[in-house]
Amino acid sequence: MTDFIIETNGLTKSFKRQPALRGLDLRVPKGSIFGFLGRNGAGKTTTIKTLMGLLHPDSGSARVFGVPVADADRSIEIRQRIGFVTEDKELYPYMTVEQIVRFTQPFFPKWRDDLERRYVKMFELPPKRKIADLSKGMRSKLMLLLAISRGADLLILDEPTDGLDPAATEDVLRELVAIAASSGTTMFFSSHQLAEVELIADHIGIIDQGKMIVAGSLDDMKAQYQRLQVVFANGVELPARWVEGVEYVRREGRVVSILASRNVDAIVEQARSLPGTAVERFPVTLKEIFLEHVRNN
Amino acid sequence: MIFRLNPSSGIPLYLQLMEQVKHAVETGALREGDQLPAIRKVAEDLVMNPNTVVRAYRELEHEGVIELRHGSGAYIKESAGTRAKVIHKAQAAVQAMVERLASLGLTEEELRRIFENELAQSRAEGRLGTAAGGKA
Repeated sequence: MTDFIIETNGLTKSFKRQPALRGLDLRVPKGSIFGFLGRNGAGKTTTIKTLMGLLHPDSGSARVFGVPVADADRSIEIRQRIGFVTEDKELYPYMTVEQIVRFTQPFFPKWRDDLERRYVKMFELPPKRKIADLSKGMRSKLMLLLAISRGADLLILDEPTDGLDPAATEDVLRELVAIAASSGTTMFFSSHQLAEVELIADHIGIIDQGKMIVAGSLDDMKAQYQRLQVVFANGVELPARWVEGVEYVRREGRVVSILASRNVDAIVEQARSLPGTAVERFPVTLKEIFLEHVRNN
Repeated sequence: MIFRLNPSSGIPLYLQLMEQVKHAVETGALREGDQLPAIRKVAEDLVMNPNTVVRAYRELEHEGVIELRHGSGAYIKESAGTRAKVIHKAQAAVQAMVERLASLGLTEEELRRIFENELAQSRAEGRLGTAAGGKA
């Protein structure tokens, strides 16, 4: 029995010899809201398409609900339990809002009529309008409605708030949180909006150049990461070797800025052992963690 | 009870939530026996992860501030009120000290640094108790 809803091991995938994934290991705990972060072209969408069974990896394995995504016999079973919002928000353009809802419903035995009605109303979607005539924000909302109403155990959301105005973004995030709280649905979502990730995610993973470079509980990460500002006395030599956990050291005159990813107390102690030092500790934001890792990778 | 969080402060959200509950107890905004809002309501109101709210409530229970009653929610514990009185006394002491030091011309920043340094020193020497009660 696995406690991971999504689990990949060493996924690789290349397009025309250009590697997109280079051994991706991903673990999404059951019931978590997992924020999947990375720069453009880092491999986020390739990962998501692989999880949805739309792409076949060159090597490595991926399991969703413990079932290998490569298992063709069980792919329908997996897909019935997942709700998607894809990056391109592509839907049949000739259908109306009403038609696509009626078209989608029969594929999902656990369809929630109550949620469907709630979101049609809340998202103010015009039932008779053709998808081709919907704005990008409306298409995002429609995809979310289709994803949520199917009563999924897992939502995979590729930039779900992309193209939404701040008020609509707030609505969508609040609904995602409400669904997580009421039904324990696991959510795996990618986003460039670090502020929203910081609010609703409890786990994050940062992908860069097709590899997971940081992953774990966001609270633990914030507790472990600290920025230290150390003021040394004149003429003090900095240690040639710092304790483990020092990510970088930047010196400007007598002031040294240290980013620590763990072992903060030991690092503070080491800094204090030098004559005449004063150490201050500052919390680190998700943005700092993100930028530091993707810049130094 | 209105909580406000600052997601980009770098301080874990569950700690911010815990601080606000404790602060509310200290100021008397929340009293013994008061019920805290349900996890789902806090999550929706603040647009935050429900697991984070759960974590904050569990830690508060562990620290003896609240009591989680199965199925009916979270309540401020009696002992939290007693604790609030001790903290009230401490506040008065700190207030007097701050006034005295300010009259000597020390700035807010200087005071903060002195205080934080002293806390760090005390922590390193094991003179400070942890939130759960014992010494670290």
